[in-house]
Amino acid sequence: MKKFFFALSTAFLLIFSTTSLFATDKGEPEKFNPGPFIVEHVIDDYGWHITGSGDKSVSIPLPVILFDDGKPVVFMSSKFHHGHCAYKGYAIGFTPETKRTIVKLTENYTGEIAPLAEKLGVESPEQMSGIISCASIIDISITKNVCSLLISIILLLWLFLKVAKQYKTRENKAPHGAQGLVEPLILFIRDEVAIPSLGDKYEKYFPYLLTLFFFILVNNLMGLIPIFPGGANVTGNIAITGILAVITFLMTTFSSNKNYWKHIVNTPGVPWFLKFPIPLMPVVEFIGIFTKPFVLMVRLFANITAGHIIALGVISLIFIFGGLYGPALGYGVSVVSLLFYVFMGLLECIVAFIQAFVFTLLTALFTGMAMEEEHEH
Amino acid sequence: MLLQAAADGSIGKMGAGIGAGLAAIGAGIGIGRIGQGALESIARQPEVAGDVRTNMILTAAFVEGVALFAIVVCLLIAVA
Repeated sequence: MKKFFFALSTAFLLIFSTTSLFATDKGEPEKFNPGPFIVEHVIDDYGWHITGSGDKSVSIPLPVILFDDGKPVVFMSSKFHHGHCAYKGYAIGFTPETKRTIVKLTENYTGEIAPLAEKLGVESPEQMSGIISCASIIDISITKNVCSLLISIILLLWLFLKVAKQYKTRENKAPHGAQGLVEPLILFIRDEVAIPSLGDKYEKYFPYLLTLFFFILVNNLMGLIPIFPGGANVTGNIAITGILAVITFLMTTFSSNKNYWKHIVNTPGVPWFLKFPIPLMPVVEFIGIFTKPFVLMVRLFANITAGHIIALGVISLIFIFGGLYGPALGYGVSVVSLLFYVFMGLLECIVAFIQAFVFTLLTALFTGMAMEEEHEH
Repeated sequence: MLLQAAADGSIGKMGAGIGAGLAAIGAGIGIGRIGQGALESIARQPEVAGDVRTNMILTAAFVEGVALFAIVVCLLIAVA
């Protein structure tokens, strides 16, 4: 086990040793802008920003992998220099419609984007939509969220493979070490979520429910750690929660029986005039099939993103006040701000656990309801 | 004059702020009532405190989810 972990960490460090931390250094400090600061930390990015701001920022560059017309193009995102430069005809979008996506330029240009504005005679790069070609590129880069997903996958695999082996070697003995961390959670999911919702058919779905719960929990908690390797807003990314909701939808639909569809088309116990000339009840029930996973997706996304935004807003208060009346006020506000951040951070830990639990519970509940047999109302 | 204010989007942002405040009021009232019901039940029958607590937290998560839909819409108005 020690050898496995050692090998894994060596591989991880080797991957990152080929890139270098890069920092740029230019003129005077810029004014602190809380809006972009908060938005940049909540959304996905092509490099992993560690510290610093504006021209003196330090970040870990991540590989950009594009498929342009079937040809793969791979380079490190440090070539973009935080969005100021283009590289081999690719750039991070600089017009309002293409912001935060990679665009292909009409010519194979490598260099700064801002000087191009003067050459073309426009005021700012935002109006230079003419040099963006309409070629569509498939973007499968390792962005910050993908990198954080990989880190959390490694963490989950390490933890659970270790615990599984401990169960095998310590047969009939009391739980020890990491087993003590994991066993109460597994039993909690089994006794409060799986068995009440799925009855005696729970064993088929139990591995997926556990995977879902620990995946959401670990990613939520990692989002709360302010420094690398934590701090990427994974479960606050609507694509990731969307995929989890789609899997829930597929699980519900594929484990449904005739009784479930009968309840949707012809709900028993509902008066006939809601079903016959204008099928109100079937339409409402049919829309309900899609809104239930949709609500799951939005609930997790909104809770986690809102928590991050509150934490970032509280910290940016320090810099706003510091810029307003001088650094002394900033230091004073930072005491209050940090106390409030500690309180919000603890609340966010509870929310992380509750949201993972609620997502798993509702998935189990919907699946269980779809498998219900006929019974008298 | 109202149309001019609406054209540059500032009334929209004011609406977003009011919406976020109303969402907070809604969440506060809803979760307050959940807490009231839970505390009264625990006071009547202290043995069910564990069950009641689990259900209270679950229901609070749902109510908070609804309030956060409103927050997400307000955020979309405010920044996009």
